[in-house]
Amino acid sequence: MSKKEKSIMKLATAFAMAFGIIPSAYAMHIMEGYLPSGYCIAWGAICVPFLAAGFFSIKKSLRENRKSITILAMSGAFIFVISSLKIPSVTGSCSHMTGTGLGAILFGPSAVSILGIIVLIFQAILLAHGGLTTLGANTFSMAIAGPFVSFGIYKLCRSLKVNKLVSVFLAAMLGDLFTYCVTSIQLAFAYPSEVGGVGASAIKFLSVFAPTQLPLAIIEGILTAVIIMALETYALPELKSMGFSKEVG
Amino acid sequence: MTKKNKKIMAVLLLLVCLIAVIPLFAIKGAEFGGSDDAGSQMISEIRGAEYEPWFTPVFETMIGGELPGEVESLLFCLQTGIGVGVLAFFMGRFVERKKWQDK
Repeated sequence: MSKKEKSIMKLATAFAMAFGIIPSAYAMHIMEGYLPSGYCIAWGAICVPFLAAGFFSIKKSLRENRKSITILAMSGAFIFVISSLKIPSVTGSCSHMTGTGLGAILFGPSAVSILGIIVLIFQAILLAHGGLTTLGANTFSMAIAGPFVSFGIYKLCRSLKVNKLVSVFLAAMLGDLFTYCVTSIQLAFAYPSEVGGVGASAIKFLSVFAPTQLPLAIIEGILTAVIIMALETYALPELKSMGFSKEVG
Repeated sequence: MTKKNKKIMAVLLLLVCLIAVIPLFAIKGAEFGGSDDAGSQMISEIRGAEYEPWFTPVFETMIGGELPGEVESLLFCLQTGIGVGVLAFFMGRFVERKKWQDK
């Protein structure tokens, strides 16, 4: 990060802590108008430093390695595809996946926040899915919290010498599930239950989202692993130059 | 791609299809609405009253009503289409490149 970028980062962080403006908070699955405005603003503000970091991280990886732009585009496209497919689940309702695991594993979690917010804005404006007021909360759950967990799990698995594809699977799956956990907690903060408060409320929301999401998280894990397999076969030079694949495939 | 990898991939993709399709047959007569809607029902349940969203989506305000289902599926398809297009384009390039390099 250059000096200028660093100061911008500091500014963004200070901005987030001091004001928490940017009312366009959008959470992945919290619908338009369903979060009180205070929460919208707060979640939006929390996202700002992550987005700034993501912007610089993307800039840096592109500067160091121009070729990786194709992989970046593919990671973004993967989120587009995956998050547009509503899949029926065992509970009798439909949900969709996040697709953020792939980008998080390849480019690091902060870069994905930028990719994620693009998808979220698209869905909020055109599809009335999620919303502009809940953009911050949705960005936090889908484009920040989920990817960070994916990235952490992937690193952990790799350092424990778990097979690469298994690590990818676990990372993407748990990242997806965690996204929904965060959404539940966000809703719980806004709507604490009368008996039991935030905790009881979080469990209630989780009981709605978690069983629906579990099979989908497994699908997401599998698909991410398949994409990685394909990339390792055909785009090995790019992955190597990004430092992702060291061994010759 | 080695033969073994191809096999793994085929099995995995088949598994994905099965997980996605089985609920449709297993739970007959279910609505398969969005889990977002289930979420808003839960909000009403916790609050004990119907919740009135304080902001309607910009697009719905502009067209003065709810987005028609057909148009919504069009836009969802558009999103999928953009994504698949980009993925397929680059993947195709990579596959061709490998073919030439291997020669």
